[in-house]
Amino acid sequence: MKIVLQNLTKKFPGRGKKAQGEVTAVNDLSFEIADGELLALLGPSGCGKSTTLNLICGLEKPTAGHIFFGERDITALSPELRGVGMVFQNYALYPHLTVRENIVFPLENRKGKDKLSREEMNAKAQETARLVQIEELMDRKPGELSGGQQQRVAIARALVKMPGVLLLDEPLSNLDARLRLKTREEIRRIQKQTGITTVFVTHDQDEAMSISDRIAVMRDGVLMQLGKPQEVYDNPESLFVARFLGTPPINVFEGQVRGERLYIGDEAVLEAGGVPDQPVWVGIRPEGFLPQEDGPLSCALGRVEVLGRDISILSSHPACTGQTLRSIISAETRVDASAAQIHFALKPGKVFLFHRETEERIPCVLG
Amino acid sequence: MEVDYEKIEKAAKRRSGVLRGLTYAGLSVWALIVLFPFYWMILTSVKSYASYNAEYVPSFFTLHPTLENYENAFTAVPLGGYLMNTVIFALLTTLLMVVVSVLAAYAFARLEFKGKNLVFTLFLSLMMIPSELVVITNFVTITNLDLRNTFTGLILPSVTSVFYIYLLKENFEQVPDELYRAAKVDGTSDLKYLWKVMVPICRPTIVTVTILKIIECWNSYVWPRLITDDPAYYLVSNGIQEIRENGFGRENIPAMMAAVVVISVPLIILFLVFRRKIMEGVARGGMKG
Amino acid sequence: MSTNNKKAWLYLLPALLFLIFFMVYPLIDVIIYSVEEGYNFASQTYFGVGTYNFSYVLHDPYCLQAVKNTFILVIITAPVSSGLALLISVGLSSIRPLRELYQTIYFLPYVTNTLAVGLVFMILFQRTEYTDGMVNLLINWFGGESVDFIDGPYWAKMFVLCFYTVWVVMPFKILVLTSALASVNQDYYKAARVDGTPRLRVFTKITLPMISPMLFYLVITGFIGAFKAYSDAVALFGTDLNAAGMNTIVGYVYDMLYGDSGGYPSYASAAAVILFVIVLTITCVNLLVSRKKVRY
Repeated sequence: MKIVLQNLTKKFPGRGKKAQGEVTAVNDLSFEIADGELLALLGPSGCGKSTTLNLICGLEKPTAGHIFFGERDITALSPELRGVGMVFQNYALYPHLTVRENIVFPLENRKGKDKLSREEMNAKAQETARLVQIEELMDRKPGELSGGQQQRVAIARALVKMPGVLLLDEPLSNLDARLRLKTREEIRRIQKQTGITTVFVTHDQDEAMSISDRIAVMRDGVLMQLGKPQEVYDNPESLFVARFLGTPPINVFEGQVRGERLYIGDEAVLEAGGVPDQPVWVGIRPEGFLPQEDGPLSCALGRVEVLGRDISILSSHPACTGQTLRSIISAETRVDASAAQIHFALKPGKVFLFHRETEERIPCVLG
Repeated sequence: MEVDYEKIEKAAKRRSGVLRGLTYAGLSVWALIVLFPFYWMILTSVKSYASYNAEYVPSFFTLHPTLENYENAFTAVPLGGYLMNTVIFALLTTLLMVVVSVLAAYAFARLEFKGKNLVFTLFLSLMMIPSELVVITNFVTITNLDLRNTFTGLILPSVTSVFYIYLLKENFEQVPDELYRAAKVDGTSDLKYLWKVMVPICRPTIVTVTILKIIECWNSYVWPRLITDDPAYYLVSNGIQEIRENGFGRENIPAMMAAVVVISVPLIILFLVFRRKIMEGVARGGMKG
Repeated sequence: MSTNNKKAWLYLLPALLFLIFFMVYPLIDVIIYSVEEGYNFASQTYFGVGTYNFSYVLHDPYCLQAVKNTFILVIITAPVSSGLALLISVGLSSIRPLRELYQTIYFLPYVTNTLAVGLVFMILFQRTEYTDGMVNLLINWFGGESVDFIDGPYWAKMFVLCFYTVWVVMPFKILVLTSALASVNQDYYKAARVDGTPRLRVFTKITLPMISPMLFYLVITGFIGAFKAYSDAVALFGTDLNAAGMNTIVGYVYDMLYGDSGGYPSYASAAAVILFVIVLTITCVNLLVSRKKVRY
């Protein structure tokens, strides 16, 4: 099912004694999620991504704007009438019920002509359990399961009523690092197999990049950028998005464009054709550095870390906004770790210019 | 389709509105039942003796409030003396209880000694013993020690409280071990550490325990009744019973109510001031069992 | 290590002294008292050892009356107060405005002197030659006959006692249940809403099981508390409970010990031991049942 968000706004009354007025959690949000797509809502905590999810789910009502499922306006509908499945961050499995009872729970709520017989319910539960591969755990209680297993039960409970939309709130945050990798592939597999339109919320860019069809990066209730993970990574529209995506994070320098040339400090590092003279932020991805004897950017060499496949070079530069400048280069490159200075050439495709005030991307071709 | 959904939504809203109304109505009924005795006692206490007795059908308000009953309560019966006794009893008992409990809780929470677990288990099992069972011997003991009609006799058996020791111990255990080790490295004595670090950190719990014990003392009836028969040592509970049975010559209900108001007001003020603390403490007591 | 040992015992000493002297020793002593036959308080002598005290107490009509009263009180007030408290707490948790105000009001009886407010209840329910009292006025409004609740028929007196007992224990129960309800993770309710679970089903399938440990705890403490009822009865009916026919087991113990009918610590002890056994049995039965019913 296609989901359309149209000028969605959500304001909360100010909390606490001192807070005055309202807090705008989601601000004029508009975008579409295609049928069968897996979309990640990504952003730092407090950016409004969970609120957006709750709005789609129906747990919160928007202050303004509309939500459509397909062609139908469901803005005013309560959650149970929307046909959504939701997986909560802490799974919200009923601790006193067995896995089977938990999965059957949503089906038992049906009334009237939708009512199912016991056999039908059990059959559906069994089928869903097979999908998420927890058939052998059906008679256990949630307390006896590991985090990953609980996660699957929660997904099964959300899927059993065949929802048109599946919503996941920080689905991996309660798992340890190894399980997280496994589970995210699992979510991807289940989503592909069922073809259900899925929205999931995360603050972990790795997670979002690795499994989603598209990611929506949010900040302060505003959509910053929406696109395929690789596109957003390669073409950030703002300094915020550039900084938020990628590990290790992007290096940001104070720079100047003078006479169609980009300067960092006094060194002209790249040609910037068509850009008027102005101060800029220069973002350079860690993989955008090439050590070269005569490279234009000279940095004070700090430390060289050998990571096996790659080498990570920590150095510093006076114009860099961070204390250390981290670059990742291929392990075949030879680096003299005892030298005081290191010189880099830059890969133009990995360097982005941003407006100094608005922090928006300056469209240009560097060379 | 669309219309159908809207209808369902509207019906659900109406239903939840009705439910909300019913909830408020029900809650208000209970609030009324709780508040009414308080209202009645204040109302009666400001009616004059003559006008109260003239009302065959009780009236819900009075146009001529009077304070003469309060005067009566303090002059015709020694209400002031009862209040004084209760204050002395409550403060001394609570003070002793807090000191004794803090020391014991500290021993259980921070010190290592042989048989700690055994002693603590025995301790906990004492929580099961109903006070009714031990009151008999205590009565005999205090009588034999010739301590009836003394504050010593009133206070001593009321000091112990296993539950409060338990509550304090739980709280003390939450203070990180590092603080204790750091203090030890600095050469702080245990007593100083307890006084300078533990007590300030755990002050909220200690305050809660203190208030709860004061309430308990203020309302205690059975033990004071057994141990005092000289009205000079009566606490408020016994005092009110004495007033009811022998005070004010004839049944002077407005004066009685004035005495009841005087007795109730200090605790209600204490409650309103420390509302959160008291409710939190009682709730915690309930959780721990 | 040994100095540490000594120090720890030093800290414990005051508490231990108090407990041993006023709890452990009396506990043992009361059992000894209860089997000493013909104990004389003045000369502190007794004839022999046996179960005569128990059989005397169990054949004493006052005691039987007290046991009957207590059992009726327990059976009515424990379930009624728990049920009512559950209802009120659920209502309280479902509202937002005015919640604190209601909570504060509901807690008031906890901080009032049982004896003092009992007196107010007495005048509300009492029928004298001067007035029929407040409650009778209400009854008359609804077309009923006036009843003397304090000096009248047995059922009326029992009603007042139960009513007052419930009034007194409600604050604690409401408070414990509202905190139990508040500690249920809100995500359970959100999940139930997403699944369109009807209200009643949410209550029976989620809320009740989640707070069932607290509920059982309240029922058990309700039983125990009602078994030990005494001051409520004194507050309503005066110190001579036997004459009013409204004595309780605890009241019987104290009456045997002290006052006009007192001076028999052996009988008092026997009655106290019987009370303890009853309470212990009921607690154990309750615990066994709850272990089966409380499901996680």
